[in-house]
Amino acid sequence: MSLSFEKCARKIFCKNSHCVQQGIQQISELTYNSRSMPLSTQSQGGDDQYVLVASLDNVRNLSNILKAIAFKDHALFNATRNGLKVTVEDSKCLQANAFIQAEIFQEFTIQEDSVCFQVNLTVLLDCLTIFGGSTVPGVTTALRMCYNGYGYPLTLFLEEGGVVTVCKINTQEPEEPIDFEFCSTNVTNKVILQSDSLKEAFSELDMTSEILQITMSPSQPYFRLSTFGNAGNAHYDYPKDSDMMELFQCTKTQTNRYKMSLLKPSTKALALSCKVSVRTDTRGFLSLQYLVRNDDGQICFVEYYCCPDEEVEEE
Amino acid sequence: MRFRAKMVDVGCLNHFTRVVNTISKLTKTCTLRLTADNIYFMLSDKVANGGVSMWCELSQANFFDEFQLEGVSTEANEIYLELLPENLARALKTAQNAKSLKIKLTKKHCPCLTLAAELPSLSSVSRVVTHDIPVDVIPRRLWQDFKEPSVPDFDVSIYLPPLKTMKNVVDRMKNLSNHMVLEANQNGEMNLKIETDLVSVSTHFKDLGNPSWGDDGSQGGPSQDRVPEAMAHARVDIRKLQQFLTSQQVNPSKAMCNIVSERMLHFILLHEDVSLQYFIPAVA
Repeated sequence: MSLSFEKCARKIFCKNSHCVQQGIQQISELTYNSRSMPLSTQSQGGDDQYVLVASLDNVRNLSNILKAIAFKDHALFNATRNGLKVTVEDSKCLQANAFIQAEIFQEFTIQEDSVCFQVNLTVLLDCLTIFGGSTVPGVTTALRMCYNGYGYPLTLFLEEGGVVTVCKINTQEPEEPIDFEFCSTNVTNKVILQSDSLKEAFSELDMTSEILQITMSPSQPYFRLSTFGNAGNAHYDYPKDSDMMELFQCTKTQTNRYKMSLLKPSTKALALSCKVSVRTDTRGFLSLQYLVRNDDGQICFVEYYCCPDEEVEEE
Repeated sequence: MRFRAKMVDVGCLNHFTRVVNTISKLTKTCTLRLTADNIYFMLSDKVANGGVSMWCELSQANFFDEFQLEGVSTEANEIYLELLPENLARALKTAQNAKSLKIKLTKKHCPCLTLAAELPSLSSVSRVVTHDIPVDVIPRRLWQDFKEPSVPDFDVSIYLPPLKTMKNVVDRMKNLSNHMVLEANQNGEMNLKIETDLVSVSTHFKDLGNPSWGDDGSQGGPSQDRVPEAMAHARVDIRKLQQFLTSQQVNPSKAMCNIVSERMLHFILLHEDVSLQYFIPAVA
């Protein structure tokens, strides 16, 4: 069942099957003349005119990871030969990046060194899950994503069970993402945890607290999460020799506060991930890196950078 | 005016519950019409409802073991009641594994439809749960407002894809836009389309098949001169379509849609012994 479906999906989305390709082209031409993008009325040829073409047998491998960073509408896409990097920012204080390597895609063709565009992420996710994002085994939605270059819409062809959906998402002027200048040489403290242990802590965090305080130290309490809410203060301590702690590299005692409202969106990534790396640098900037395993067992990364809320005197 | 009916088969009870649940999801209030042979749930074209109308017909013999009806008079042997289908659905919920269910028209402090469910009991004393559902009796002079809608002169008639697939697509499209274009042709193809400033989305279904409405054209089927590939389309409020698709709890044995170009969508769902028609007017 699943095999025959994949075959059928490939047939539709395979680059070489020209007539099907033309069929889809026709559908898209017949259906819409994208009004807002006058450039796209130019002749549409084969695949060569697309600066970016990416295909997936299972759209969930993309949609799930995008959900992990979907806390604002605008998402910046940056494609290189290595794959796709998607960036979402909030208040110039929080940045989330999702990396989907080229190998995750069944096809990933790029004509330029770097292709950059910005789209509305909420709209994109609605399009990617147009068939409901079914989790029934053997039923997957195939995706073919094409981009013509600056000024053109992002075109998605989705197929499930012989039903084809064509989406044209208008692209926006890309905004330069903030460089948090988080560099591994400046990292003072780093721990790697099994996500399960952090999920538990995050689900129990006192959300009436405006901030989350993270203490990392080579001595007691090693790794501590603290909240200061209406019902009192709470501390969650992780011993450094716990099974959940995969790596513990703390060189200096550091206590930093982060806005809870900024960290809240990262729980989406946490929920998907199997491991998480927590790092802070000399300035107190926080980096959270999540290792996410997709339906096919491949690994992707999501990372969050967050500015500290205020400086705390070190003891 | 008298009405009394009894249902003992659990399969019938479940089926009837499903129908009532469907109706309660479609509309807040509706008219229940009882005749000697059939039960009808009706919602007539009211502007306040966005012009949606509904017509659901079930044959009483397929559900009830006893069915006694005395209408307002011998020549008009029918009863029209207005009720909230949600109340009926809630009452049926407690009757889910009842041994028997009695429905009768009663006069309490107001006219009521009384449902008495006899629940299984371990002791010899039976347990009976009774619900009184207030109803309005519709006087005879207003009956003419509730005529079976005639099948409109449609341009295209097409079988629908699995309603669950269609619902998923419509649900997402509703997040993106308020209106949607549904178009189809006599070649078994149907498209759902939205277009906004941000995005345009079109979903293409094919090989759906077209119901035949007889060659004589007496049923008002699509004209024989029509080019099979030519699309007929109607732009509708997505919420109305979503409501219709959400209300469906089981896949009907047949589901079809008639399109009156730029005027309305007419949906027909057929289960073995239940038929449901739903009309959504087109918007400009």
